[in-house]
Amino acid sequence: MLAIDGSFLDFKQLDLLALRQTAVHRLDARAKVLTTFCFIICVVSFDRYEISAMLPFLVYPAVLMAVGDLPGSCILRKIVIVVPFALLIGIFNPVFDRQVIMQLGPIDIWGGWVSCASILIRSLLTTSVALILVAVTGFPAICEALEKLGMPKVFAVQLLFLYRYIFVLTDEGVRTARARQLRTFGKRGFGISQFGSMVGHLLLRTWDRAERIHMAMLARGFSGEFRTTRSQNRFGRKEVVFMGGWISLFILLRAYNAPKLLGSLITGTMP
Amino acid sequence: MHMADALVSPAVGGTLWAASAATIAYCSSRVRKNLDERKVPLMGVLGAFVFAVQMINFTIPATGSSGHLGGGLLLAILLGPAAAFLTIASVLTVQALFFADGGLLALGCNTINLGAFPAFIAYPLIYKKLLGCTPSQSRMVMAALIAAVVGLQFGSLGVVLQTLASGVSALPFNTFLLLMQPIHLAIGVVEGVVTALVVSFVYRARPEVLESVLQDKPLGELPVRSLIMTFLVAALLIGGGLSWFASENPDGLEWSIARITGSSQLPEESLLKHEKLAAIQEKTDLLPGYSLPAQTRKGNDAASTVSDERIGTSLAGIVGGTMTLVLCLLTGLLLKKRARDQRIRQDVGHNCQADDSYR
Repeated sequence: MLAIDGSFLDFKQLDLLALRQTAVHRLDARAKVLTTFCFIICVVSFDRYEISAMLPFLVYPAVLMAVGDLPGSCILRKIVIVVPFALLIGIFNPVFDRQVIMQLGPIDIWGGWVSCASILIRSLLTTSVALILVAVTGFPAICEALEKLGMPKVFAVQLLFLYRYIFVLTDEGVRTARARQLRTFGKRGFGISQFGSMVGHLLLRTWDRAERIHMAMLARGFSGEFRTTRSQNRFGRKEVVFMGGWISLFILLRAYNAPKLLGSLITGTMP
Repeated sequence: MHMADALVSPAVGGTLWAASAATIAYCSSRVRKNLDERKVPLMGVLGAFVFAVQMINFTIPATGSSGHLGGGLLLAILLGPAAAFLTIASVLTVQALFFADGGLLALGCNTINLGAFPAFIAYPLIYKKLLGCTPSQSRMVMAALIAAVVGLQFGSLGVVLQTLASGVSALPFNTFLLLMQPIHLAIGVVEGVVTALVVSFVYRARPEVLESVLQDKPLGELPVRSLIMTFLVAALLIGGGLSWFASENPDGLEWSIARITGSSQLPEESLLKHEKLAAIQEKTDLLPGYSLPAQTRKGNDAASTVSDERIGTSLAGIVGGTMTLVLCLLTGLLLKKRARDQRIRQDVGHNCQADDSYR
């Protein structure tokens, strides 16, 4: 099977997870979107040498994954693919920042290593909450929430359209790529010039498809917005509790370094 | 490349979020005003097309490595600037959500880097100007190549500046610039060649597709001044607000400026600011036993600030951190078990009901 088939399946999997029915899935999407944003802002606002204070933030993804009944392996695999990109930049920190800021017994620890580890943890936390948000909410619901929060209607329609046709066109792209692979005896392809005409054909087919879709939409009375059945969710007490609880926890964890307090309680260095 | 959440500070991320939100609002109203209704499905489907094409690799001649199409310039050529910007922004949103490519806070940075530069600079100011009034195939190829290179150079410059302003990475400005720009020159050439190939294929097969966009009204009355003003006001508000919020970390920008100027000494002013902040911090005393990072006390005795107390607190940090991790994971596992039990119970319930209905 092609590698792209695999990544395409991954894409579908996240979408299927959003269909589950758990307490988190049933919450109004706005609450989840706003809470996720608060989470990310709190995490990235930490000092660049901070490690310990960020760790308790892991509780949010952990609880959501548990209550939302999400398979850890699926989310973890996606995170593992993305994290190296952030680390690519972070790995330069130890090269340029060699100031000793911590000592572990006889070992001096450079500021660069600390900030590099900090980047790794940031990256883990922020990517995991983004993926979890989709897995417990679903893309159409996120769009609806963003529209209610003030996103322009044209952009919302664009997002929903894109989302709808990604599945159709990736399917077509995968078929084209498979046909090319079968004709090149396992090599990646003929190179750049054939890629041009192959993609050009795909583009023309896409263009024709858009015209057919437009006519079909006109026949059904399209006037610039999607008239879908809106979710019946409203921003009720559950949402207020969810948002209020988590956001106040984030603010507390941002203000107080919980692991350090816990640690000094145990090691007895509490001032 | 995509900017990542882990490398961005709230002030930088927020500012660029505001900038891209303003641009999205402007483009949306423009697309709606022009009301070329055929464009609505076309934008959606072409966005999906870019997605599909990004999954197909090709071999780059003479290197053996593989590349894929970015698609920003191609969309601008096919749709015109405003519609193309919206399409690119939507593609990036889906990527941020489903693949965690970049991230939600860095989405603003990515939209500006990968969307605004190709759509509002590379396409109208370079591609269109080079193409002139009488498009020919060779001209089209050259224009696409140059426009793609320039667009990507701007984009990677954006990444460099945003990373430095965030101050999470320790890369010095010059090194980072020397690292990023040549890489993106190569990527830009590949992107330009592929865009040119696709565009010239379409030009040969169905020239009317490209002509319809070229006959579109030019981007004449772009309200540059009001856009810049909005940008500035948003930057001031968000930058001021958020850096007050994160007042323990005021040294992101100063720190990178110090790096850029090459002096290890921070400017006097910022040292004063740190002292003031330290004083405020002592008063409020939110974090008992917390000392400012050695970086801020960069006087004569940077190394000697590593005192026993510091080691003590870092030991406490490690012990406490490990315990926190264990606690988080335990909470997750316990809740997970409960959720799974519940699901199994529900499934069993469903099956029993189904059995009943058969009877």
